[in-house]
Amino acid sequence: MSSRRGLGFAAGLVFLGLVALFLIGPVVLSLLAGLTVNYQRGIIASGVTLAWVERVLDLYAHTIGLSVGIALATLGLALLLGVPVAYALARHPGRLARLAKEALVMPVAIPGIATGLALILAWGAVGGFRSHWTFILVGHVLFTLPFMVRSTLAVMLAVNLPTLEEAARSLGAGVAARFVTVVLPNAAPGILAGSLMVVTLSLGEFNMTLMLHTPFTMTLPVGLADSYASMRLEIGSAYTLVFLVLLIPLLVALQWVADRTAALGLRQ
Amino acid sequence: MPFLASFCRNQTPGLILRGPRGTERMRRDSLALGLMVAPAIAFLVAFFLLPLVLMLRTGASGPGGWATYLAILANDRYLASLWKTVALAASVTAATLVVSGVAGVFLARHRFRGRRLLTAFLTLPLAFPGVVIGFMVILLAGRQGVVGEATLALFGERVVFAYSLAGLFVGYLYFSIPRTVLTIMAAAEKLDPSLEEAARSLGATPLAVVRDVIMPGLKGPFIAAGAICFATAMGAFGTAFTLATRIDVLPMVIYAEFTVGANIAVAAALSFLLGAITWLVLAAARTAAGGTVAAAG
Repeated sequence: MSSRRGLGFAAGLVFLGLVALFLIGPVVLSLLAGLTVNYQRGIIASGVTLAWVERVLDLYAHTIGLSVGIALATLGLALLLGVPVAYALARHPGRLARLAKEALVMPVAIPGIATGLALILAWGAVGGFRSHWTFILVGHVLFTLPFMVRSTLAVMLAVNLPTLEEAARSLGAGVAARFVTVVLPNAAPGILAGSLMVVTLSLGEFNMTLMLHTPFTMTLPVGLADSYASMRLEIGSAYTLVFLVLLIPLLVALQWVADRTAALGLRQ
Repeated sequence: MPFLASFCRNQTPGLILRGPRGTERMRRDSLALGLMVAPAIAFLVAFFLLPLVLMLRTGASGPGGWATYLAILANDRYLASLWKTVALAASVTAATLVVSGVAGVFLARHRFRGRRLLTAFLTLPLAFPGVVIGFMVILLAGRQGVVGEATLALFGERVVFAYSLAGLFVGYLYFSIPRTVLTIMAAAEKLDPSLEEAARSLGATPLAVVRDVIMPGLKGPFIAAGAICFATAMGAFGTAFTLATRIDVLPMVIYAEFTVGANIAVAAALSFLLGAITWLVLAAARTAAGGTVAAAG
């Protein structure tokens, strides 16, 4: 292998390095900008400070709390609604199941701004729903549910659920007992991956949330857009820093779980 | 109850005896499975299908009635916005497939130190929201951006392109690469290297191997990844919103009609049109490529 590594390999590596720089460079840049006293003068000339981060926490703490709350509530609902669906689809891959899957995936196939507008038209005038944070929650569940179903279903199909369950059934376990003692433990890696994806997507959702939010229900990404438009660059950067500190551990965990699950699949 | 009936029909053959107790138990199982699907379906109907139908009707609630749907296609401004959005999404898709194709095949073919880290870097921005990516484009190519500083130092002129079509293109490319590179990589790992070996031993040039062996083998994943990329770029909103460009991509027009113009009928009709386009592209790709294809963000 290594004998064939000539110019082509080197060129490929350089290309890959440039792509990685394009993707990671701006992340580093925005992290540094949030810690710089004066971005115009540069971090070396003007020095490092946490003052901007403190300003952001003063100004936007409520958006962080709301976003984390909505993300966790979204996760709860996605688990309650999604895991049973994945199980039903794994047990009965028929024509109707395909139709159900198609319908479930639809909210992801349609741009968030369209779904947001549709939700406002249908439910915007119903009581105080429009200005309550659960209005955003509904949108986030719609958007993230397919990801929970998909990653749970993938693992359920990979672990040969019917055989495991048949064994439990022959021992007299009913559907509920099988679901709790056989299905859930075996599907755990998929449920974990799905959960991380749901929380990550909910924390960052903007396209739909911009339509759904009100001045009382401003989420973190909506607050970010607000700071980019109306605050100085350092504050926008510090706010982005806070957001990335929340988001990047989730993304790293997501990659780790995906790697582990892939390794599991290879072993079987 | 056709839904439950299908559960019974597709029941996996069991090890247990099919006596009266077995049938009774299977019926209970089917009922339980139906109950498991019911809440999600109810949620979907109430908060997605019903709102979509209402939006379709709202599109026809303006003075033009159902003709609004034809009128938006005859309106110069909306049509220009639609074409601009399609052109932007198509060119971003093409560029992404080239970059992710090369990167994905390379990562699948070679084992070297730092490969995992490099892969992690390429996929890290997977779930960055469009607003943040817009801000990163500003840091790169905005009025205080590094590109401007570099060109000022090198050529004595500050190059700023964040707020133009080029800025949008860079932003869309940024969020498209992480979404496609893993798909291509996974597919390239499954390609049979002996086919390439055979082509090479028959005297094929490296270019011919790529064109005649690798590309046809990756056709399905390319269609799937390309469709996701295109649909996501069509509906992308956050990046354009942050850059506040005068480039009126379709989602920006919808937002402006709804908020500034209070033109709800047109906003609804345009939203329905946009949703129909992205859904059709993804459905067509799924038919062509097989497997599940869905956009995100």
